Amino acid sequence: MTPILQLDHLSKRYAPGHPPVVNDLNLSVSAGELLTLLGPSGCGKTTTLRLIAGLEQPDSGDVLIGGRNVTSPFAPPERRGVGLVFQDYALFPHLSVLGNVLFGLSHLPRAERLPRARETLALVGLTVFESRRPHELSGGQQQRVALARALAPRPTLLLLDEPFSNLDAQLRHATRQEIRSILRAAGTTAILVTHDQEEALAFSDRIVLMRAGQAEQIGTPHDVYTQPRTAFVANFLGRSNLLSGTADRHMARTALGIIPLQESRSGPVLVSVRPEHLRFTDDPAAPEVTIQAHEFKGHDITYTVTLDGNRQELLVHGPSDDLRPEGSRARLSVTQPARPVQ
Amino acid sequence: MTRRRPPLALLLPALLTVAGVLLPLVYLLIRALGAEGTELREIVFRSRNLDLLANTLLLTVGTLVTTTLVALPLAYLAARTDLRPRRALMLAGVLPLAIPGYVGAYAMIAASGPGGTIEALTGLNWPSPSGFWGALGILTLFTFPYLFLNLHAALRAQDPALEDAARLLGRTPAQTFREVTLPYLRPAWLSGALLIALHVLGDFSVVSLMRYPTFSAAIYQQYTAAYDRVYSAWLALGLLLVTGAALLLEARLMRGLHLARVSPGGAREVRTTPLGRARPLAWAFVAALVGAALIVPLGTIGYWLRLEQNPFAWASLWDALKSALGAAAIAAVTTTALAFPLAYIGSRAQGRLARFTERAAYLGYATPPLAFALALVFFSLKVAPPLYQTFPLLILAYTLHFVAEAVGPIRTSLSTATPRLEEAARLLGQTSRGALARVTLPLIRPGLLVSAAFVFLSVLKELPLTLLLAPIGFETLARNVWAYTEEAQYAAAAPYALALALSGAVLTLLILRRERRPTPRPPRPPKEQA
Repeated sequence: MTPILQLDHLSKRYAPGHPPVVNDLNLSVSAGELLTLLGPSGCGKTTTLRLIAGLEQPDSGDVLIGGRNVTSPFAPPERRGVGLVFQDYALFPHLSVLGNVLFGLSHLPRAERLPRARETLALVGLTVFESRRPHELSGGQQQRVALARALAPRPTLLLLDEPFSNLDAQLRHATRQEIRSILRAAGTTAILVTHDQEEALAFSDRIVLMRAGQAEQIGTPHDVYTQPRTAFVANFLGRSNLLSGTADRHMARTALGIIPLQESRSGPVLVSVRPEHLRFTDDPAAPEVTIQAHEFKGHDITYTVTLDGNRQELLVHGPSDDLRPEGSRARLSVTQPARPVQ
Repeated sequence: MTRRRPPLALLLPALLTVAGVLLPLVYLLIRALGAEGTELREIVFRSRNLDLLANTLLLTVGTLVTTTLVALPLAYLAARTDLRPRRALMLAGVLPLAIPGYVGAYAMIAASGPGGTIEALTGLNWPSPSGFWGALGILTLFTFPYLFLNLHAALRAQDPALEDAARLLGRTPAQTFREVTLPYLRPAWLSGALLIALHVLGDFSVVSLMRYPTFSAAIYQQYTAAYDRVYSAWLALGLLLVTGAALLLEARLMRGLHLARVSPGGAREVRTTPLGRARPLAWAFVAALVGAALIVPLGTIGYWLRLEQNPFAWASLWDALKSALGAAAIAAVTTTALAFPLAYIGSRAQGRLARFTERAAYLGYATPPLAFALALVFFSLKVAPPLYQTFPLLILAYTLHFVAEAVGPIRTSLSTATPRLEEAARLLGQTSRGALARVTLPLIRPGLLVSAAFVFLSVLKELPLTLLLAPIGFETLARNVWAYTEEAQYAAAAPYALALALSGAVLTLLILRRERRPTPRPPRPPKEQA
């Protein structure tokens, strides 16, 4: 089956001499998939989205949508069949909610437009608001109108550019789940751009972690979280303790003693140990730490500790029923094999 | 939030402004209705009234059409295309404002016809502009910048995501312009169009020189030649009715237009469209416009300046300059002083009171100056005859007419001097008066200066109020350009016209600077950073 979207050695720089914003990016998205482009500000994720939408032209490389090359010859945005939900929604202020949704349906026979628009508004639960103007709606409602407007023409591919970033935390969570189930119900292929790791983990089938215009790692949320390839990934997706050491096959000697590794390595190595994989212990052979600070989070406690030997700071998750005071001493053990990273 | 009730000391100026504009107008009404029954019937049903009405409406609507045809393409070229230098386009769009309509008309008349500049320089006999087309052409050339400024600002401010969204929903660039950009421009067009309509309705000088009778031209003619008081009062009423209708229409069309950016984010810059092969065409358009609106008038003034001069005209230039500058300076001070309380209430009070003061400020501006001047003449002759044709009455008229111009910049600067700062000063031991003097006033000083500069330069150019209300023997630049042009003494008018065009250019560059300064945006909601 041909993928819905394929990016082939895609590169873009905004001015000659500037570093590329998107740098030789390769990616393939299959039908019905929910994919997330995750990365810090300026990593090129929004530019990638705009290249797919046809709002920017690449310097080199190709974009294929449904197997059709849309970069050479260049297909303008109106001829790509791609929907985009803008970060700030970009609703037309001079049109009603219904008018906004109808806007993208002019290719349909006249009789089909209204039923389609109403059907899509029903999907996002906004039928009763159809005659309101955008400014009369709350942020969450505007966001759903934007989604309905983009979904109504049934695009082959839906792009979402940080669509939840203007909502407050609680609304963001609810809207995210709602939109995910709407997209699933419609069987839509979608690409979400975000810099929020929690959003990426919760929303997507696959995550593309982007850095400096390149895909640093691609995989399911579980794979990328448990098997980060690089120190950057380990730290950007969740929090991580990075330790240097010397590896000998499945073991490594580090400041935390000799710890097991997920993969065989030899020589100098950098390993990532998640805070939830560290535990306080009574074992007198375990390395000693001083507790510097604790952050009570309800279901658990995050401690910041320093190792006695090299004063390195580490993060440790502890159970919430065993609060250790700041300044007290403890010993640490590692409960899971550590992940060697680059 | 608690409602602030502004102190009486601030409210009083608003009430006085309204009274100052309305009382003379009410008196005008009394005067008009005071005629005998048969005379009244004869005046009201004169067929000439209908002609004047038709002419006035035709010219106003015509000017709105032609100014749009000039301003929209130019604004689009400057805001959205890669035609460079952008600054040159901005100047082409704004500098014609520097030339008052009557100076423009003078220049066009002096340039054309037998013995005109064009014939003298090229041998071609270029026909003199006159009638409807002449008035339309001149009013278009020298008022289109009002529309240009508004449309340009709106085109620069539009969220590019709206056009992107339309493209992604299947619209071609041309369809996107028609279905998204044009509707978005409506409020900007309406407010610019209102300014132009007020200008055309209030203008008597261009239409008089073009011999195209409108209400304003007829009032002036009645005033100078026939001086039938009852009839001129009726003409002024007719003009006020048309103006009122224009204001209502604008308010009506503006209602429900809520086209500000809906979304909180997005300070994105608009993108520019490459012109490609249309570039020569665009330059030809700009060149024709600059030629007609700037080069011909300035060239004509320069040509007539070089000719042998009427020594009398040069001799009084210095006097005219002195009295014009003096009157402008005094009016700048009084107008800014009146504008401050109006702006303060407008920005600090809420609801009805704020709207009331805002309208009070615009009342004087919207009233056609000739009708207002006539009303003041009648009113002062009846109520306080010693005031008639005195300097204080002239200054009062300037102040009430131009106060709206001064309110704007002060209001803008008041947005930086928030009530929070005054509250902080109060908690640090200042009285409310002390907080105003030590915190707010220093913060808005730049705004006050800009306001004063606006009024100063506007008073220099002002003609109708000056003609009807100035003391006998009081010469100004505007008055002398007018007087010499009426007598076809083009060489004598030239130095005055030049002085006016230069002072107008200063005003225009001031406006341009304000236009370029980014307007303060509302703070964005906090965004979570990864």
